[in-house]
Amino acid sequence: MSSAREDILDAVRRAQGRGSRDAPTRATLDARITTPVRHLRPAFDEDLTARFIRKLESRSGTIARVDGRAGIPAAVEIFRSAHGLAPRAAVGAGLKDIDWPADWTIHHDRAGIAESLSVSPAFAGIAETGTLMLLASPESPTTHNFVPDNQVIILETTRILRHFEDAWAALRKRTGGMPRAVNLVSGPSRTADIEQTIQLGAHGPRRLHVVLVDSA
Amino acid sequence: MDIRSREFQPRAVAALHDASLQQALDKARDGFVAKRAVQVAELSEFEALRETAKTLKDHVLDHLDHYLERYEAAVVAAGGQVHWARDDAEARRIILDICKRVDARTVTKGKSMVSEEIGLNTALIDAGLTVVETDLGEYIIQLAGEAPSHIIAPAVHKTREQVSDLFEKAHGGPRLTEIADLVDAARLALRERYFQADVGITGGNFLIAETGSSLIVTNEGNGDLTQTLARVHIVTAGIERVVPTLDDATLFLRLLARSATGQETETYTTLSTGPRRAGDLDGPEEYHVVLVDNGRSRMLAGPFRQMLRCIRCGACMNHCPVYGSIGGHAYGWVYPGPMGSVLTPLIKGLDAAYDLPNACTLNGRCASVCPVKIPLPDLLRRLRHEQFKQAITTLRRRRALAAWRLLATRPKLYHAFERLAARALAAIGGRAGRIRRLPGAGGWTEGRDLPAPPGRTFLERWQTERGQS
Ligand code: SF4
Repeated sequence: MSSAREDILDAVRRAQGRGSRDAPTRATLDARITTPVRHLRPAFDEDLTARFIRKLESRSGTIARVDGRAGIPAAVEIFRSAHGLAPRAAVGAGLKDIDWPADWTIHHDRAGIAESLSVSPAFAGIAETGTLMLLASPESPTTHNFVPDNQVIILETTRILRHFEDAWAALRKRTGGMPRAVNLVSGPSRTADIEQTIQLGAHGPRRLHVVLVDSA
Repeated sequence: MDIRSREFQPRAVAALHDASLQQALDKARDGFVAKRAVQVAELSEFEALRETAKTLKDHVLDHLDHYLERYEAAVVAAGGQVHWARDDAEARRIILDICKRVDARTVTKGKSMVSEEIGLNTALIDAGLTVVETDLGEYIIQLAGEAPSHIIAPAVHKTREQVSDLFEKAHGGPRLTEIADLVDAARLALRERYFQADVGITGGNFLIAETGSSLIVTNEGNGDLTQTLARVHIVTAGIERVVPTLDDATLFLRLLARSATGQETETYTTLSTGPRRAGDLDGPEEYHVVLVDNGRSRMLAGPFRQMLRCIRCGACMNHCPVYGSIGGHAYGWVYPGPMGSVLTPLIKGLDAAYDLPNACTLNGRCASVCPVKIPLPDLLRRLRHEQFKQAITTLRRRRALAAWRLLATRPKLYHAFERLAARALAAIGGRAGRIRRLPGAGGWTEGRDLPAPPGRTFLERWQTERGQS
């Protein structure tokens, strides 16, 4: 019995009245994969950072802006105390170098079921839609992005890119290729499944707070 | 899922008389249409993107075998496994085998229309597994024991009162009535499930040949919790879902969010590439993709291949007056509305879904909003034609069509008949000019009057008026 794989590929070819593509055609198609076709992108002339902030806020994200990495702990502390959260956080190991307040309980493991606050580093921001790009790794575990009720993301202002395609280009340049998970996050979790009414905090974080770091 | 499309007519009538359903549909309809319109108006490139998306999808379909092979190779290179399923039964078997091998007890699921298409839940439950739908809409209908009635808003037919009832029964009291409380209750009920899950099953909006990634979009984050916390992640996707590159996927994402939920982007877009890597603290230990054909390769030959461009956004049903009046369940299978009326007969057979291509006014709104420019009314017309050719059309309708042809191809006879009909209707209409009951058109006149024609045909009036000028 032939395999399902061969049967399906055969059926696809037969439906188009042909056999396998010949070598030159295959080479052309492969080149289209290695050198992506550039499509039309939404044009805008707004400042990238201003747009990123405007778009993210329009989707219920909040933003704090600090000068240099030294300002990060204070910004996270303001967010934490404003929402009355316990001084405990799952912090991506990519942010190990930060001087977190001494009275906090910090760990760099994945987020467990009782986790209420996570802090993770973003790989890039995308101005087009106010979207954050997070890459799965021990430095930024994926559970941090979905399990806790409160998600804080650290983003360097210089990492704000114009379009999604610019973020893909940055990914392609990175060593190690495609990460296991790429999470594009554009706000806190939401649903409109009951009577089309938007409700935040469906399954993922109820709050998304971004600390934008300007280089000092 | 069993198909009940043959019962379309009685179910459509029942839907029209279902007060809760009508209330739910009223709320939904305008929201979807208005939100999409705002987003489309804000993106001046929208029309150009539609055209590019159509061309790109056609390119992929032309070379589908090659892109599937490239995609498969990339998945394998990232440590994932690809399985091919010729039909629904084979897809179910593949997934059951994986569940058995890893000793699974609990399966969590993100929203996946392909899993509905292959009837996965019943198969898993019959095999003794606990299946938990995690998308809020899917969770609601799972509690209700129903099928989705919309491809992106599965519980759109439920009112808040009905959700309150379902939750009270499932979670116990007190009865919750606020939407925020209901959402919280579901969140709480599902939280532990994510962590208990052995296998997490999601759909795949796009499969990217460049990187071997599967891509999902959600607003709730349920798909991500499903696939991150389970030991094994299984993606189910139709073979037409492959795109060459990340940039190509982006083109579709720009159209998808605007067309589906009327947003610039959904909250979460996630690309998954293989299983957990060395050093990773989370993520699944195994990553599988089940590529499902189930009639798709057959569609590639001939005019219906255009249907394979569909990105499952739901815009066609949101803009369909028939769907808007009867909801999704009357269509009797997984895919409702215009796209379902084309897909269901193609996948399940012209006979099994006889009424669907005929339940359309050919008003064309669906085609005008479809982000990949599928000419849905044309395809529906072709399906009617196929039904006629294959003699599936009912005898009564065939006779009526034959009589019509007799008239329509003989102008003199046609005009004579028309004159007769115009005068007869005018006489029935009487002074009021309205017809309350018309033999043979009871369904039409039940809810409204038929305005009677003025007694002379259009041609007669035309000739008189031209004669005057
Ligand atoms: S047919 Fe077009 S409008 Fe309908 S779901 Fe598919 S892509 Fe969307």
